[in-house]
Amino acid sequence: MVLDRYARQRLFGWLARGAAALVVAVMVLVVAVTIYRGGRVFITDPAIAVTPPGSRYMLEAEGGFFHAVLGSVFIVGPATVVSAILAVSTAIYLQSDYSSERFSETVNMFLNVLWGTPPIVYGVFVLTVIIAVGAQTSLFFGIVAIAIFQYPIMTRYTDEALRAAPDTVREATYGLGATRFETALITVRAALPGIVAGIVMGFARGIGDAATVLFTAGRSTNMPAGPFEPATTLPVLIFDQAMSFNAEVRSHAYAASFVLIVAVLGLILASKLLAGRYARFAPGGRHS
Amino acid sequence: MTGSTETESAADGSSRLGRRLLAERLSGYWFGGAGYFAVALFALIVLTLLYQSLPLLAEYSVVQALTSSNWDPAHNEFGFLPAIVGTVYVTLLSMAMGTPIAILAAIYIAEYAEGRTKTIVSSFIDVLAAIPSVIFGLVALLVVVPFVGDYLAPAVGSDATGLGIFTVSLVMAIVVTPFMISLAVESLEALPDELRESSLGVGATKWETIRSVLLRAAGPGIFSAVLLGFGRVFGATIVPAMLIGGQTQLPESPLATGQTLPTLIVNDFGELMSLPLTQSALIFVGLLLVVVVWLFNFGAMVVRRRLRRRWQY
Repeated sequence: MVLDRYARQRLFGWLARGAAALVVAVMVLVVAVTIYRGGRVFITDPAIAVTPPGSRYMLEAEGGFFHAVLGSVFIVGPATVVSAILAVSTAIYLQSDYSSERFSETVNMFLNVLWGTPPIVYGVFVLTVIIAVGAQTSLFFGIVAIAIFQYPIMTRYTDEALRAAPDTVREATYGLGATRFETALITVRAALPGIVAGIVMGFARGIGDAATVLFTAGRSTNMPAGPFEPATTLPVLIFDQAMSFNAEVRSHAYAASFVLIVAVLGLILASKLLAGRYARFAPGGRHS
Repeated sequence: MTGSTETESAADGSSRLGRRLLAERLSGYWFGGAGYFAVALFALIVLTLLYQSLPLLAEYSVVQALTSSNWDPAHNEFGFLPAIVGTVYVTLLSMAMGTPIAILAAIYIAEYAEGRTKTIVSSFIDVLAAIPSVIFGLVALLVVVPFVGDYLAPAVGSDATGLGIFTVSLVMAIVVTPFMISLAVESLEALPDELRESSLGVGATKWETIRSVLLRAAGPGIFSAVLLGFGRVFGATIVPAMLIGGQTQLPESPLATGQTLPTLIVNDFGELMSLPLTQSALIFVGLLLVVVVWLFNFGAMVVRRRLRRRWQY
């Protein structure tokens, strides 16, 4: 069958619609299965998210997975703060008059490589450092690994946001006699919606990543006891639970993934809302 | 006037101008340090991994390690070929499944969808890109594994259980598609409207405009979106570790179980602490991942530059 031009146009139009529909359908399926399966376990016993695990938790599902919830918060929270400070500084350096254009380009190339580096490599790297300094896997090294993982992601978002800030802001501040530092601060303010959204996205990526903390935080099944004691996070816990032979432990994996997906969806929502809220700082942005 | 000496004496922080200049100078050091941090981090990672894989490379040559298919850490046999073949299988299969869908969906979002539909569909795809991969693995254990094991494998006359290379590829295609879509949409939307207008103006249909004008003009961007997706699948860890079955042998068919380079690290982690040579071998896998990703990024940069010159508008 030979298609004429208009039939072909219709055909590809429908193909494009079909592809988009397929992607949306898969997304709905994944979220629905997680919320339905996890929600069912979670609703019948919401206390498992705040109950410390029993001594035989991974074998017999005694207690709950509060240790992983706490571990996630204690690892990803500080990591996000450290990483955000570094990422914003690097992005300012790249986008302002502190560096030459040529050096910026070189740094950008390395950042792109870091951005594409598989998370497991960061895990292996931090583990190598742990072995080299003779320490044990712990909450602290989990923070280090997640911070390294988030750094290129956040730098990329921040860099894009700063690049999108209008040049007139920079020119106007220099025209008023500001120093480079003061100009940089004003530019950050103008780009704030994008930067905040980027940091929240980095937080969401960090809280969902398992490969970096798998070897570095210690895969502990007890409550985190201190910064240099082993800990675990929700994704690592789900990974371990999903491999269990005990059906009840596996059902806890669905409850844990329910908690995780609600947290991630909440963070994305927060990033959109915050971006809208801070838009009033942007020149020409919404005035709310 | 003695402007220069005034500035110098003011820089000690005693006056208002002095404080401003001091902040200026200190911030210069801080931001400069942050700029070098990115380079230093990369160098530190590569050098550490290289240094730690030296014990393995002292015993075996690189060629020998990469082409031997015998992986038996207990007897000091380190052949990476099964894991390499598994990785190549997974990467190629998921890109073959994911790329056409991603490009078509990106065309839909950038060229067909309008107004509210567009906002909704693109925020759905943003959400899909942010879902932790461990959740994809878990849902796949519930949905994809029984599907492949009970329907697909018998249909092609295989007795596979459902865990294996094909399952991993399918799930990884789902994981990377939204990521490729958002990058491809970005480069399609960056094109000026004059391109669309002049192509439609000379009588091309919408599809002809997309195929011969827009996909070409956005070609370098779409190409790098695909390569970045490639890198994602290549280094994926959690989904393969959950679904591949974890057997270090050369896979016989796409439905067979196998191993990828990252899952090799995850599955043999238990032995890592005790045997120094195994430790070195697994760190070498990490180095291999970095080097391949680096080559890919570099290659993408070169090809992008060349394509941009050829497909310029």
